[in-house]
Amino acid sequence: MRFAGTAHKYGRDIDTDVIIPARYLNTSDPAELAKHCLEDLDAGFVSKVRAGDILVADENFGCGSSREHAPIAIKAAGVSVVIARSFARIFYRNAINTGLPILEAPEAVDGISDGDRVVVDADAGTIINETTGRSFTAQAFPPFVKDIIESGGLVESVRAKLGS
Amino acid sequence: MPRPMTITEKILAAHAGLDEVVPGQLIECDLDLVLANDVTAPIAIKEFAKIGVERVWDPAKIALVPDHYTPNKDIKSAEQAKMVREFAHAQQVTHYYEVGCMGVEHALLPEQGVVGAGDVIIGADSHTCTYGALGAFATGVGSTDAAVGMATGRAWFKVPESLKFNVTGQLKPGVGAKDIILHVIGMIGVDGALYQAMEFTGSTIESLAMAGRMTICNMAIEAGGKSGIIAVDDVTREYMRGRAERPWTEYSSDTDAVYARTYEIDAAEILPTVAFPHLPSNTRPVAEARDVKIDQVVIGSCTNGRYEDMAEAAAVIKGRKVHPDVRLIVIPATQQVYRDMMHSGLTDIFLDAGAAVSTPTCGPCLGGHMGILAAGERAVATTNRNFVGRMGDPTSEVYLTGPAVAAASAVLGRIGLPEDL
Repeated sequence: MRFAGTAHKYGRDIDTDVIIPARYLNTSDPAELAKHCLEDLDAGFVSKVRAGDILVADENFGCGSSREHAPIAIKAAGVSVVIARSFARIFYRNAINTGLPILEAPEAVDGISDGDRVVVDADAGTIINETTGRSFTAQAFPPFVKDIIESGGLVESVRAKLGS
Repeated sequence: MPRPMTITEKILAAHAGLDEVVPGQLIECDLDLVLANDVTAPIAIKEFAKIGVERVWDPAKIALVPDHYTPNKDIKSAEQAKMVREFAHAQQVTHYYEVGCMGVEHALLPEQGVVGAGDVIIGADSHTCTYGALGAFATGVGSTDAAVGMATGRAWFKVPESLKFNVTGQLKPGVGAKDIILHVIGMIGVDGALYQAMEFTGSTIESLAMAGRMTICNMAIEAGGKSGIIAVDDVTREYMRGRAERPWTEYSSDTDAVYARTYEIDAAEILPTVAFPHLPSNTRPVAEARDVKIDQVVIGSCTNGRYEDMAEAAAVIKGRKVHPDVRLIVIPATQQVYRDMMHSGLTDIFLDAGAAVSTPTCGPCLGGHMGILAAGERAVATTNRNFVGRMGDPTSEVYLTGPAVAAASAVLGRIGLPEDL
């Protein structure tokens, strides 16, 4: 899987309440959730994000509530991949389960600025900052997790296992 | 002989059908309970339909608790609650709690004996870690994990490393379980236990009633923890006896079990604590926060909405009046707490003081309903999160404390201690 887009960079401890505020949790419609993605952190995000763009953040991205609406909103807003120094545990699982690619890559986080043009090859685990010309390596998924992603998400992988 | 293991490793090994597990190992476990609420269940139900199985794996081992936006806040949340209700009825889910029986899930399920020692529980709610207070492995997941759990009765886990928090000695007067856990989160940070199990031990923890133990395990997630856990003792047994729906199993850590890190905490050093906006780790002693004027106080939630919490707050507020510039909202976490408060006179104490006493709901804790903050307003809350916009407008602020400080602050009109009254 290959992604290319503009980087939108944020800080540490980006919680799921700012990714998608609870006042919008009375729906689970992806398009509706996408309209409010990151609105309490950066009210301009939704209007500037373009399909394929890349979210970059520091430690503990996605902390707090277990709402799966968070990865759903990010994906539906057009973001192709999230690169962070580290992810909160439940968000990490939810992203994998819902098919939102995520990469733990601390050096890439240091080497990407807001607005840089970034290309990610998730299979090779490489991240290239085309603006600066620097390249970075992302930590590979454990094989078990890779299986889920390659199946297209947890539900699909379970479907395949159950033979249904 | 299996390797020495922590209580968490033992529970996970037993549910994976293994003699031993090691941190980092990927395992698949049999589940004892799968939980979801009115926010997370709708997505889980949609995902469940895609899996292609007709029936849930075991209708007695699924709990659906519509507690977040109920009694229904608006038409959209009514539609979500309806979807959960129809699924529960169609699947004959036995642990479905309609408004009128419903309570805040993590207070309700232990109270009703639906969770017990030795269980492995996943819940599509991050505060599922609360049940570790009963000696269970319980962890928050998303809706898709819950959907697969409902279909198969199984979930995959990476065995977490364990951190030990050994709290010993006598707490100072006026210091409680909430102060202990805020102290810990302030010490290690909001990702200080990322991917790890937080095991709480020591004489101070053993001296706590179940309500306080649940407050502590409830907030393990606020330090990034996968779970919080306290081993079973006589206090736990006394609580589970007469409640537990199923036989329970007691596990305990081997004395030579391996921990990623052990923290020794002297209880006497813990002060009444408040977490300032906008992270639960942003803690200060209440004594250094006395200049913060407030507009609202919320006493309730899965963290501090149990009877003991209400009694602690009522003892402070008895015979006093809520400050004229403050709205005090008291939300018993379950119908049982509500009834007990009525019978023991706590409800009258709150009403006499000028508080609003509500039916159980998560409501304002997540900025859902029943006490949303306007721009620039400040609230003291006995809840668990103070993120930007958590209780309303993105410019509003939430300060987290225990019930006694919350009650004192409601009277003072500013953050303060009971001794300030």
